[in-house]
Amino acid sequence: MITRLAAVLWLVLAGLLPSTMGPAAAQSSIVIVSTTTSTQDSGLLDVLVPMFEKQTGLTVKTISVGTGQALALAARGEADVTLAHAPSLEKKYVDEGKMTNRRLVMYNDFIVIGPADDPARIKGLPRALDALKRIAESQSRFVSRGDKSGTHTLELALWKQAGIEPKGAWYIESGQGMGQTLGIANDRRAYALTDRATLLAFQKRVDLPILVEKDRPLLNIYSVMEVNPANGPRVNARGGKAFADFMLAPETQAVIKSFGVDKYGQPLFVPVAGKKDEDL
Amino acid sequence: MGLFGQGVLEAFRLLLAGDPEVWQITWLSLQVSAGATALSLLVGIPLGALLALARFPGRALAVSLVNTGMGLPPVVVGLFVTILLWRNGALGFLELLYTPSAMVAGQFVIAAPIVTGLTLAAVQQVPEAFRLQMLGLGASRAQMLWVLLKEARLPMLAAVMAGFGGVISEGASMVLGGNIRGSTRVLTTATVLETGKGNFDLAIAMSVILLLITFLVNWALSFIQQHRRA
Repeated sequence: MITRLAAVLWLVLAGLLPSTMGPAAAQSSIVIVSTTTSTQDSGLLDVLVPMFEKQTGLTVKTISVGTGQALALAARGEADVTLAHAPSLEKKYVDEGKMTNRRLVMYNDFIVIGPADDPARIKGLPRALDALKRIAESQSRFVSRGDKSGTHTLELALWKQAGIEPKGAWYIESGQGMGQTLGIANDRRAYALTDRATLLAFQKRVDLPILVEKDRPLLNIYSVMEVNPANGPRVNARGGKAFADFMLAPETQAVIKSFGVDKYGQPLFVPVAGKKDEDL
Repeated sequence: MGLFGQGVLEAFRLLLAGDPEVWQITWLSLQVSAGATALSLLVGIPLGALLALARFPGRALAVSLVNTGMGLPPVVVGLFVTILLWRNGALGFLELLYTPSAMVAGQFVIAAPIVTGLTLAAVQQVPEAFRLQMLGLGASRAQMLWVLLKEARLPMLAAVMAGFGGVISEGASMVLGGNIRGSTRVLTTATVLETGKGNFDLAIAMSVILLLITFLVNWALSFIQQHRRA
């Protein structure tokens, strides 16, 4: 019995470990991309990453986390390039010298959704700030990501501009991704700030209508940044730059432009390579 | 039909249709967890036997540590092992983070105390008189150990099952592997991902496959265990 067990063990070890335990082959051929969850959840990276790998022969590892964590990992040299969507936070990292060469890749927009009976009466308001003020005044339930993601960063900036410190039983912090947060908002009949791409992907489950949209502060701008090699001993600067350049290449931008049309009937992102924040 | 029923149907549809991604995810889950269980047996059985038989200062503390380790929270293991494996971490030079090996390492940390603790209990339940008698009859220490382990083999199979069950279902792989498609996506991380994406039927399907695998492995091991007893 024991000998047989030992033989099985030996087989398992001999058979499995070469494939699972092998050290990362030629290290400079691996590019670690830290990115926000929406680029992954929307399926965009599933299309772009194989394209990049085919063109360059490099292998990409996508680490899909909130924008806050994506930038924090990059600042420690745990990634080679970052695709994020929190301009104010990104600029802070660029100013500190942790990230370099920030370039705009694409944008879509955020929207405010909420229950159809709209207790805070925000439907059709042109400015998101006014909508948030009314939600706070009427103490209507609002679900926040509460996870330092790009969406959460924007939400906090909006509250700050509105001069409101969101607190109280009406303000629910989910601490989870956009998808789960939408689910909570739907179940609690609450308001929420979301990116349009995730809402489109959740049409089946979420029936909260769009109440406020197309306000300038609601633009959702995605940028790519390279990681400063000084952040850590093993940053693959060349690979990081190759991925950043790829995101801005005309063929890639063309793919971004049409991405989502087949599935959602409308594109999820608008490519903007070469533009600056002020241009939008 | 309810969401759950749809998910169960989806699980069988995906498996039978031979969806390559689902099979790959399933196979990787099995490989990683079997590898981690095997490693933890290599370490845990000798260590458990040692703790059961040897008498040394600090033994009580060591036993308490092992027993505490049997309930290590996978998220905590994931965080600590990740920090060790970071490029800037103590083991960063190995370049293991976001590879299946990192997941094996995390699962090993979870399973090793379980196997050690259960081996300890299994060996200790063999009566001491039996051990003394063997030595009295002229058995060498190695022979005595061998017979003891043979005697304790059935409870030790429980150690294998508990170890495997503990790691195939753990939640440390998200941070350690990164849930990278085609490389480190396993059943648990795929379930989390699909839940996050709102694909609840797919998420349930992944969970059902996970339960199915755990059941099949335990069924096979239980079969050996009960069959031997008869």
